[in-house]
Amino acid sequence: MGTTDTPDVPTTADAPGIPDAADVPTTAAGGAEPVWRALPPGLLTMRRLLLVVWLGLLTLATALVPGLLAGPAWGAFAVLPLALLLYGWVMLERNWRSWRYAERADDLLISRGVLWHEETVVPYGRMQLVEVTSGPVERHFGLASVQLHTAAAATDATIPGLDPAEAERLRDRLTELGEARSAGL
Amino acid sequence: MTAPGVQEDVSGRPLVTERRLHPVTPLRRAWAPVAVLLGWVVHDPDGAQRQLTRLTTTTLLVGLAVLIPAAALYGFLSWWFTHFAVTEGELRVRTGLLFRRTAHIRLERIQAIDVTQPLLARVAGVAKLKLDVVGADKKDELAFLGAGEARALRAELLARAAGFAPETAHEVGEAPSRQMLRVPPRVLAVSLLLTGAPWAWLLVASVALPLLWIATHSLWTVVAAGVPMLGAAGASSVGRFVAEYDWTLAESPDGLRIDHGLLDQAHETVPPGRVQTVRLVEPLLWRRRGWVRVELDVAGSSNSLLLPVAPRAMAESVVARVLPGVTVPPPEAFSRPPRGARWCVPVWWRGYGFAVTDAVFAARRGLLRRTLALVPHAKVQSVRLAQGPWQRTHGVADVHVDTGAGGTVTARLRPADEAADLLHAQAERSRTGRRDAPPDRWMA
Repeated sequence: MGTTDTPDVPTTADAPGIPDAADVPTTAAGGAEPVWRALPPGLLTMRRLLLVVWLGLLTLATALVPGLLAGPAWGAFAVLPLALLLYGWVMLERNWRSWRYAERADDLLISRGVLWHEETVVPYGRMQLVEVTSGPVERHFGLASVQLHTAAAATDATIPGLDPAEAERLRDRLTELGEARSAGL
Repeated sequence: MTAPGVQEDVSGRPLVTERRLHPVTPLRRAWAPVAVLLGWVVHDPDGAQRQLTRLTTTTLLVGLAVLIPAAALYGFLSWWFTHFAVTEGELRVRTGLLFRRTAHIRLERIQAIDVTQPLLARVAGVAKLKLDVVGADKKDELAFLGAGEARALRAELLARAAGFAPETAHEVGEAPSRQMLRVPPRVLAVSLLLTGAPWAWLLVASVALPLLWIATHSLWTVVAAGVPMLGAAGASSVGRFVAEYDWTLAESPDGLRIDHGLLDQAHETVPPGRVQTVRLVEPLLWRRRGWVRVELDVAGSSNSLLLPVAPRAMAESVVARVLPGVTVPPPEAFSRPPRGARWCVPVWWRGYGFAVTDAVFAARRGLLRRTLALVPHAKVQSVRLAQGPWQRTHGVADVHVDTGAGGTVTARLRPADEAADLLHAQAERSRTGRRDAPPDRWMA
């Protein structure tokens, strides 16, 4: 099954803003250097669109309502949501670039976050359930999320914004590996 | 058809014999309408009194004549429609009059079995039996069984879960147990007096109630505020004493047995290899006496206490029995956070510590009330590294280890490079730690 990565997906080497991106240590028995995969650009497009729609409306509201009721000068408050929009535009890209995952021989790695960096390791044997979900907005952009559940409720292993084909491939592979290495509680 | 002794159907599969609960059970259910009525009286005393004075003796009698049979019928029907059966690999519980519900509980998934006897049940000679499995409901407990029947059923379930052949499981009987530890009532009482919670509630009450009296001069307000406070003080001292009275810990081939209780008695059995986390808790005032409390996490079980109070050396030997091959790391084995961490968590950063041995992941926290949590590598479900912006500027990160009992043990404020190595090393250890773990069917 071929992956359907689009050419402009960043590879690990040129992903900026991620601490410790280059030197992920390999464990002796864990096999080779993990092959990181990034997310397709659809997620970024979707999140930016949502950001523009909601903050755009808010900007408009904060410009018009005080501007018409209290005088044009009060309309300057619209600068705040506008600034937030521009900041969010940049941050969304940084956040999107920071998301990556790697299927190693025995476990799945998920790394995410720029300011709040989080890295999760889930051994395949501990997976109880693999879920592929896709909401209406995600479906419109052709995206799907894969969520892993272990017996621990605190395990927070979700990979958002995948291509549906890649999500299904990942689900099937994880389920297969999980069955082969099943360890339970 | 076939005689009851020859329980085989055409396909050669043994038929399942379904059983009902103890006939005293309907009485328990019959309380429900009375409880609703009582709840209404407590909730709205004035309204209840007004309604009561309007009732004549005849209407009262008619009301009772309807209510009592209705309650009795409800109790009887819910008893009549509850069945349970032990099959080769499952316990099946079938309940429900209108909404049918059938639970199939797989025996090799058993995490613990509790037999509990509330005070009234002790008088009636009956007991509740509950199987702890992940996701089990309160409805799946078998309440009530005859006390002897509950013991026999527990023995049979454990024998089947342990992997004895179904034909012999019935005759295996209760596994012999050996007492490890018994907490003397005097030690328990002293230890509870040395905990902070009851004194804190008493202190709050002794300050807040006079102030409230000065402010309002209303006796009812003071009583309404005072009862919950004194209740909390009582629950955390007398209540705990009654619940933890005569705490006995015993060891058997079927795992740990924990028996306790003065009025309500509980007997818990935790099969081998079910303990996910053990915590040694050391309140400030216990330190001089060298006492610790030992808590444990078992998936699906609500009980979390292994020992209410014990000398540290004894507690450590109990931990070594509960988690085979594990020794509690000595204090000097724990590495402290680097000095930079003091800007992340002022003062308390000194309380954090972390150690890893070839069997457990151990993390310590707290300055006054110290807690030491131990997770066997085989019980780790996932490992996470988290680092916030403030932690990054000081070069530290947290490593979380999630267990199947829903708990998380955190090695806080580790140096960033060490944390990154630890993340992968721990994932590797948890993966391989499973290899020499005992099988789910511990006698197989």
